[in-house]
Amino acid sequence: MTAADAGIENMRSALRRDARRRTAAALLLTLPLLAFLLFTFIVPIGALLLRAVDNPEIARALPGTIAALRGWDRESRPPAAAYAAIVADLQALREQSDAGTLARRLNTEVGGARSLVMNTWRALPLPATTDAAQVHAQLIGIDPRWDEPWIWQAIAKNGSRLTPDYLLAAVDLRRTVEGSVESVDADRSAFRRILMRTFSIAAIVTVLCLLLAYPLAWWLSTMTARRANALLIVVLVPFWTSILVRMAAWIVLLQSGGIVNQSLAAAGLIDRPLALLFNRTGVVIAMVHILLPFMVLPLYSVMKGIPRDYVRAAVSLGSHPLAAFVRVYVPQTYAGVAAGSLLVFILGIGYYVTPALLGGPEDQMLSYSVAQYANVHLDWGMACALGGVLLTATLLLYAIYRRLARMEPALA
Amino acid sequence: MNIAESPLVRFSGVHKSYDGSTLAVRALDLDVRRGEFLTLLGPSGSGKTTTLMMLAGFETPSGGEILFDGKPITRTPPHRRNFGMVFQNYALFPHLTVGDNVAYPLTVRRVAAHERASRVAAALEMVRLGGMAARRPDQLSGGQRQRVALARALVFDPAIVLMDEPLGALDKQLREHMQMELKDLHRRLGVTFVYVTHDQSEALALSDRVAVFNDGALQQVDTADRLYEEPANRFVAGFVGDNTALDGRIAAVQPEFAEVALDCNATLRGRLVGSAVSGAAVQVAIRPERIALRDTTRPNSIGATVEDIVYLGDHVRVRCIVDEKTTAVVKQPIAAGPPPAIGARTHLEFPAEHVRIYA
Repeated sequence: MTAADAGIENMRSALRRDARRRTAAALLLTLPLLAFLLFTFIVPIGALLLRAVDNPEIARALPGTIAALRGWDRESRPPAAAYAAIVADLQALREQSDAGTLARRLNTEVGGARSLVMNTWRALPLPATTDAAQVHAQLIGIDPRWDEPWIWQAIAKNGSRLTPDYLLAAVDLRRTVEGSVESVDADRSAFRRILMRTFSIAAIVTVLCLLLAYPLAWWLSTMTARRANALLIVVLVPFWTSILVRMAAWIVLLQSGGIVNQSLAAAGLIDRPLALLFNRTGVVIAMVHILLPFMVLPLYSVMKGIPRDYVRAAVSLGSHPLAAFVRVYVPQTYAGVAAGSLLVFILGIGYYVTPALLGGPEDQMLSYSVAQYANVHLDWGMACALGGVLLTATLLLYAIYRRLARMEPALA
Repeated sequence: MNIAESPLVRFSGVHKSYDGSTLAVRALDLDVRRGEFLTLLGPSGSGKTTTLMMLAGFETPSGGEILFDGKPITRTPPHRRNFGMVFQNYALFPHLTVGDNVAYPLTVRRVAAHERASRVAAALEMVRLGGMAARRPDQLSGGQRQRVALARALVFDPAIVLMDEPLGALDKQLREHMQMELKDLHRRLGVTFVYVTHDQSEALALSDRVAVFNDGALQQVDTADRLYEEPANRFVAGFVGDNTALDGRIAAVQPEFAEVALDCNATLRGRLVGSAVSGAAVQVAIRPERIALRDTTRPNSIGATVEDIVYLGDHVRVRCIVDEKTTAVVKQPIAAGPPPAIGARTHLEFPAEHVRIYA
């Protein structure tokens, strides 16, 4: 190696050292935030997604029974060993609460399982015996339902620690006893409809926000920065008011004797009050009001950066001013339109308070079902599965947006 | 008057005010001749851009009339004027390719697709950008963008092409190169160009005629050489080219000429521009290259001391002190011999026919 080569090698390693030092510094500076995000965001979301597939109760309480049922065809009589195993498993449950957890979980699968499990548990322990036939007879003696297949099917189906049932139920699917997937009956399906409703409300709100915000943002962008900032504050004022206060205000405004209806009646436009509250109209009005700034701000920031020369150039080339606006100005605002719409839509599909307060039963969105399962039914598996569906839908939308942005650089 | 001699554009008594109290353009009478390269030159705020924008139709005159081919166009909206325009920042549409940018005025005019394609190709070829049609504007260099803007402004055969400081954003070398291309393009196409700039050397290099603006008023319209050699007033003399100016008072008036008693106790004879009576305060102006450095006193010369010498390759710039308040700059070609030493006593000879006296 010549001296020059050695010099270059030295320089290279010095550059590498320098790059490593800079990476380490960047890591060190962002470490607090990363740690914060990990513990407040990533871990909880991960736990939530795990909850959606978590199915510990039966697997934990009845390990012997599940082992005995392995290989059972789920139609014929369960193997004799299963009877002995369930007695042993139930006897091993010391606390009543342990048995209660198991009974409650089985009861969500099949009605009547709760009383069966609790009756049996209370009757234990059985006189000691090693004869399988005798154990079977004793069990039937406590509750003859042990001879029916459904309870065994429910146990066998939930033998695994992980279950797709909650996630399937969140999109109106279920597993049959044999393990194949089918749609639930039309009269029992609910979540697909709620999901579609959630998307359609969010889409309507997004379109209305865009229609209202576009001219406003354009008008602001034609002003001097000082005046535009003053008016932007007016746009942002709703942000400074509590959402509950704003909802209450909308109730006052929109009720049948409210200002809106009174003014319309006074103007002679309507004969009897319009139904603006506790229906879709009220929900959409209030959501548009709350979400409008999220549309105005990205649009304004994009429009502010578009020089007026573009439209002037198009006009000088012979375009009618309106055509120049549509053909030259509007395409340059696509990035703002996309960012604002994405923001409003994603925020919109997560809405809970507004539909809960201003909507009727047919206007509740997916978040309402999440809250219902978490707070009322105490079914965290179902609540987390619905949350997971919402999260997946959001991520999917974002992926589509990124895809579009790659194809159309103006969006990026 | 026959068609060829009638002006293409005539500003007749045009004025423009933005706020109702101050005039951005006042009492403008200006003709744009057919096929000429006319430059509107002036410092910022002089009214040159406002004049161009009124011609383009983006500003409406507060008074007066603009005639195109003898017909008033003062109220014609800009998109019906059929004028090409090139903006300072090019204003290429960023969401369209180069080809679509150039095709834009043709699609607006509903030119058939096959004819459009051939005209776009020809226009891009004309500005030597053939094969670039599929690029996006942000993939082009500044000079290339400038050419696309030109092609777009020319592709629909406009009656006149307006340019608002189109070379302002380019670096010096590219600017000089583009100036040559612009001039060449103008010669080849024979289209009337109206060009706005604040750069006097650019104006002199490009134009058939230059209209000098200051403070909203047209100062002088003339060819480059006459503008330089025979400025109509103090402002033009100072704004266009280098100028050595000395203050004084009229001592005696002769036909076309006058004697001026300078504030630095010397007398110079020169051509009187306009009229002035004895005793009136005037300014004596001369191009620095017209002053000769002499060892001995001559007629129409003043004594001075060499203060500083700057070597500039083709000439030296000699700064001389006449008295404590007055300095005079002299440009001496290298071929004229070695410059005097700093601190040397010298005599500045002012040839009377090149000395201009402004009231």
